[in-house]
Amino acid sequence: MKNPVLEINDLRTSFNIKGNYYAAVDGVSLTVHENEVVAVVGESGCGKSALANSIMGLHNLKNTKLEGQINFGNQNLLELSLAKLNKIRGKDIAMIFQDPMTALNPLATIGRQIEEPMDYHLKLSATEKKNRTLELLRRVGIKNEQRVYDQYPHELSGGMRQRVVIAVALSCDPVLLLADEPTTALDVTIQAQIMDLMKELQNQMKTGIILITHDLGVVAEMADRVVVMYAGEVVEIADVKDLFENPLHPYTRSLLNSIPSNLEAKEKLHVIDGIVPSLQNLDRTGCRFAPRIAWIPEEDHEERPEMHEAEPNHFVRCSCYKTFYFPEDRVGEIDYVTTKN
Amino acid sequence: MLKFILRRTLLMIPQIILVSILVFMLAKAMPGDALTGAFQGNPDANPEQIEKIREKMGLNDPWYQQYGRWLGNAVQGDFGQSYVHKQPVTHLLAGKIENTLLLSFFTLIITYLIAIPLGIIAGRWTDTWADKIIVTYTYFAFATPIFVFALLMMFFFSFILDWLPYSGSVDIKIETGTWDYFVSRARHLALPVLSGALISTVTTIQYLRNDMIDQKLKDFVKTARAKGVPERKVYTRHILRNSLLPIAAFLGYEITGLIGGSVFIETIYSYPGLGYLFIQSIQTRDFTVVTSLVLISATATIVGTMLSDIILSIVDPRIRIE
Repeated sequence: MKNPVLEINDLRTSFNIKGNYYAAVDGVSLTVHENEVVAVVGESGCGKSALANSIMGLHNLKNTKLEGQINFGNQNLLELSLAKLNKIRGKDIAMIFQDPMTALNPLATIGRQIEEPMDYHLKLSATEKKNRTLELLRRVGIKNEQRVYDQYPHELSGGMRQRVVIAVALSCDPVLLLADEPTTALDVTIQAQIMDLMKELQNQMKTGIILITHDLGVVAEMADRVVVMYAGEVVEIADVKDLFENPLHPYTRSLLNSIPSNLEAKEKLHVIDGIVPSLQNLDRTGCRFAPRIAWIPEEDHEERPEMHEAEPNHFVRCSCYKTFYFPEDRVGEIDYVTTKN
Repeated sequence: MLKFILRRTLLMIPQIILVSILVFMLAKAMPGDALTGAFQGNPDANPEQIEKIREKMGLNDPWYQQYGRWLGNAVQGDFGQSYVHKQPVTHLLAGKIENTLLLSFFTLIITYLIAIPLGIIAGRWTDTWADKIIVTYTYFAFATPIFVFALLMMFFFSFILDWLPYSGSVDIKIETGTWDYFVSRARHLALPVLSGALISTVTTIQYLRNDMIDQKLKDFVKTARAKGVPERKVYTRHILRNSLLPIAAFLGYEITGLIGGSVFIETIYSYPGLGYLFIQSIQTRDFTVVTSLVLISATATIVGTMLSDIILSIVDPRIRIE
C-alpha cells in the first residue's frame, strides 16, 4: 500500500446554532494516500464542504468546534497555530473552489493572484515568480498566457477563471489537493474540459486529491476510491469499481438508482423519499438513513450503526444493507402474483 | 480617459445653464428684492425714489430679460454687483472662497483621519467592545444636528475651557504672513473643523464597516486564506482594498458636501466663508450674490460627480474608462 498523505480520525465539526453545537461532520475517519483520488459524495447538506473547510482550517472558530484529528505528515492540523497552519495551506495542501466567478479577487491581476502563494511559501525572485506563473498558466491550458497574466478576473470567461483557480492551487506544488465541487458552477461542456484537465494534471503531478462532488459521473471518471456521506457520517467506502458494480448501503444504492440512464428505459426515475434533515432536526441515534427508507423494518437496522468491512476494502455502515430493497422492484412481483390467481 | 473627461466637461455646460435658469427663477421668486432688503422699514426712504431706482436697475423687467442680461455678463466673468456690499460679486467672493476651501480641506482630512481607522477597527473586529463603542458614536453623531453639536463644542471649548476662539477666521491686528498669523488662523479653524469632522465621519465609518463585514464573507477571502496568506495581509490586501472602493467613489461627493455643509458651521462660528455669506445674502435679499453662490455649489456638485467617476475608474479595474 502507498503512503498515507492525510489521515482523518473521528473528525467532528460542530456549528453553534443559537447556543447549541450541532455536528455537521459527525465522526468521519478517512485516509488519502499518495497519488490517490478520493471522491467524497453526498447530497447538499451532508457535510462534504464542512469536511473540506475543516481540513483547510477555513471555519470561523468563534462559532465552530473541531474535535478529532486531521493528521498531515506528523502534525495534527487541528492543533496547529494559525501561523503554522499558514505555512502548510497554499503550499502542501491547496484548495480548488467551487465558484470561479467569486473565488478570485476582482481588484488584482491574474498574475498577482497566482504569484501570491509563492510570496509566502517559496523564495523566488520576481522574474522567477513570473516565469513560474506563465508556466502554470500554460499547464492549465491557457494559451495566451502573457496577456492573461496582466488581465483582471472580469475579463475572463468562467472556464478560464476556473483554470486560473486551479493554477493558484497548483502554484506551490501541493502534496494534497482539495477540490470542492470544482465543476458545479460551470456549464456542461466546460465541466468536461475542466475534468479532463484535472485528470491530466493528476497524472503528471501525482498529488493526492480529495474530490468533493455530488456528480456521480465525475466520480466514475476520476476517483480511485469513493466515500459516501450522509447526514455528517460516512456510510460507505469502496474502490470506485466496487462501488458502482456492487453498491451496498441503501443510500448509495438509492443515489445510483436516481441517475437517469439511457440503457434501460424505466418509466419513472427513482426518487429518495424526504430530504436531508437540517442540523438541528437530525436524529442522532440509530441509522440516520432509516427515516427515508421507512419500508425497511426497524429490526433490520443496528441500534448504534457501525462500519463493517462487508467485503475486502469495502466498508458499509449499519446492517440494513443486507435486507434493503426498492419498493418499486417488488410492486411488479406482487401484481404478477395477484393476476395469476 | 482624456476623452471621457473632455466629454464630461462639455456635458457640464448645459447642466450648469439649466441649473442657473432654475436658480435665477428661484431667486427672483423670493419675496422682495435688494431694495426691500436695504430700505425695509427705513422711514427716510422715499417709495417713489425706490421705484425709480428699481426701473433703472431693470428689476421690473420680465425674468428672462434679466436672466439674459445676467448670463451675458456672467460669461464675461462679471457676476454683477452686490447690492448690499456695494462691490462686484467676484471681488466679494474672492476673499471668502479661500476661507471656505481651507475649512473644507481640513475638515475632509480630519474626517478621513478619524473615520478610516475607526471604520477599519469596527469592520475587522466586529462585535467586540471597540466596535460597539464606535457604532454607538456613529449613532449619536448621526442623530445630532450639526448646529446643536457645533454650539455644544463652542460652549465647552470656548466658554468653559476658554481654549479656542469661537468666531472669525483670524485675530485682528496681526500681520499677514507671520508665524503668529499662521497660529491664529489654525486656532480659529480648530473648532469649526473639529465640529464638522466629528459629525461627517459617520457615513464613512458606517460605509467602511459594513463593506468590510460584507467583503469578509466573500469567496476570494477564503481563497486568500487557503493560500496561506497571513491574517493581517488578508485584511490589507484583500478585504480593505475592496472596501475602500465605495469610500474612494464618495470622495468626489464629500468635497461638494463640505462646501454646502459649511453653511451651518460657518454661520455658527461667524467664519467669513461662502456659507456665512450665503445666509447673510439671503437675509438681505442680495440676490446677485445668492445666485452666484448657488451656482458655485451646483458646479461643485457636477464637478464632484465627475471626480467620483474618475477616481472610481482609477481604483476599480472593472469600470476602467478606456
